[in-house]
Amino acid sequence: MTADQPPSRQWLLTLPSLAWLSVFFVIPAILVIVTAFRPADLQGGVGAGWTLATLKEVQDPAYLPILWRTFWLSGLTTLVCLALALPMAFQMARVGQRMRQVLLLLVVIPFLSNFLIRIFAWKSLLHPEGPLTKLLIGLHLIPENAVLLNHAGTVLLVLVYTQLPFAILPLYAAAEKFDFGLLDAARDLGAGPWRSFSKVFVPGVQRGLVSAAVMVFVCCLGQYVIPQMVGGTSDEMLGSKIAQRVFSDRNLPHASALAGGLMLAVLLPMLVVVIWQGLSRKEVT
Amino acid sequence: MDDFLVIDHVSKSFGAQRAVDDVSLTVGKGEAFSLLGPSGCGKTTLLRMIAGFERPDRGRILVGGQDITALPPELRPVNTVFQNYALFPHLSVWENIAFGLRMSRRPREEIRSGVDRMLELVRLSEHARKRPGQLSGGQRQRVAIARALVNRPQVLLLDEPLAALDLKLRQHMLMELNTIHEQVGTTFIYVTHDQGEAMSLSDRIAVMNAGKVEQVDTPEHLYEMPRTSFVATFIGDANFFTGIAVELQHEGYVRVLIEGLGSPLVLSNGELSANQKLRLMVRPEKISLTLKRPPSGERVNAFSGIVEDMAYFGSHTRYRIRAGEHSILAQLQRSRFSGGEIDPARGSEVWMSFHPDEARVVRLEA
Repeated sequence: MTADQPPSRQWLLTLPSLAWLSVFFVIPAILVIVTAFRPADLQGGVGAGWTLATLKEVQDPAYLPILWRTFWLSGLTTLVCLALALPMAFQMARVGQRMRQVLLLLVVIPFLSNFLIRIFAWKSLLHPEGPLTKLLIGLHLIPENAVLLNHAGTVLLVLVYTQLPFAILPLYAAAEKFDFGLLDAARDLGAGPWRSFSKVFVPGVQRGLVSAAVMVFVCCLGQYVIPQMVGGTSDEMLGSKIAQRVFSDRNLPHASALAGGLMLAVLLPMLVVVIWQGLSRKEVT
Repeated sequence: MDDFLVIDHVSKSFGAQRAVDDVSLTVGKGEAFSLLGPSGCGKTTLLRMIAGFERPDRGRILVGGQDITALPPELRPVNTVFQNYALFPHLSVWENIAFGLRMSRRPREEIRSGVDRMLELVRLSEHARKRPGQLSGGQRQRVAIARALVNRPQVLLLDEPLAALDLKLRQHMLMELNTIHEQVGTTFIYVTHDQGEAMSLSDRIAVMNAGKVEQVDTPEHLYEMPRTSFVATFIGDANFFTGIAVELQHEGYVRVLIEGLGSPLVLSNGELSANQKLRLMVRPEKISLTLKRPPSGERVNAFSGIVEDMAYFGSHTRYRIRAGEHSILAQLQRSRFSGGEIDPARGSEVWMSFHPDEARVVRLEA
């Protein structure tokens, strides 16, 4: 860090990204929220004047199970991703430089093919006539009439698949900075391998853990392609509903109200995390 | 000397590198013992094998009669003070010290009293709630010692305990470590590359070189009676002369012919035969400097030389003196009685003399 530079000048450096964020993120977000207070017109556009009617519409109890499903699927995906990413990040930080690069590449490789294509791949893999289903039935691991596709478990599986790299990368960044000598100290003080991992490594990568959790959870909340494609009719997530309101119902204010509500539901927990991290940082220094 | 910690023919290789080569040592209960040597001599590997982080290729390690060679670190009655202290940054000082007791699932009351007692021992009670990041280097080290000692280990290993501290603090912690050792009475094993540290901390020192133990002895013996020239140079400074035993006298005295210097009389500590080649060691401070030839006698070895170089250290002055082929280090302690009257200048002739008992015959290395 260049400490001799006056702080006001340093602030200028953030100007381009700040401008980008306000033009392409903050303004559209405000527009979405504003649209929620506009009446819908019959052509699928936004009418003149202001109304609170849409806010009453979205309080429809029919949304409650969808909202609940969105949150538990996202939460569960986050937990599974963290559980899988922790040992992976641990190993990645411990292996040699060459192996580390290979592993990093393997984590990133899925991004080289299109997201939709990967989801289609899952769809054909899990299809009743697909190779995996046939193999598992052939090995008598699942009953003859089992369907792997189109239920909540499938959505969870594919969500975990798509989000796992977003959990591994921040955790790996944290693990790389972790002092593995601390694990020797833990073993020396009587902790077995597992307790050294859980009592010393996991708290040691706490910041990475929080970033990974926020990243995965927030990305899951907005998902609509995955539940649409591999989920069943009763596995809709809030994202699917928003897409439906935009594309099928052509009711932009309604979609805006849902999207705005979801946005607040995401931003508030993040705000809490940011404040909490700021506080804990103050405590350390 | 009871054999409390026994290292029995232990070897360890990393690839083709023999880090520890057939080392055998015994350390008594309650002893303060040092493994001393240059970096890469195998002392740290030996320490890690005692702690359980490395498994010896051959040999056994016993503590109090129990063979611990195959035990993982968490099951050994041994605790370590790591070189960089390895304090857990996410835990307070109090929780760091409590860690070991929590791992062995001791009752809450025992943990509380144990940690508080340790905090008192290392005088950190008022810092109990702080994080390691908020402490000074010396305080961190005291936490590391407390965190290890609270488990009442049978052996405490200290890996370069003073290396990370600045000079003033190091001198202070040296005293502190001795006090703590006296108070708890645990067997302390230091690993250090600093001979001064080893000398002032330990009852006995094992000097290691290239994976082997050169000599195990008390600090006084290592300094006064080094058996090898490696030990002589690693602990203090030394002048070496290669010569031939020309005349064996009674009571172990021997006259040695040193090409280009003379034939001093010295005391030998081992068996020698006539005409045997040998190596002689004289410490710089054992050589007296005078401007005139000292009164000759049977028990005085005197040679003349020219002052080549000198360096003033405050408490003493170092002289490099040339005598023919030989370049000899001598040290002058200035006081009114000794050497106060002489002040040899560069290029002037001086007389060096030493008593036969102050020279040592060391092993002749190939």
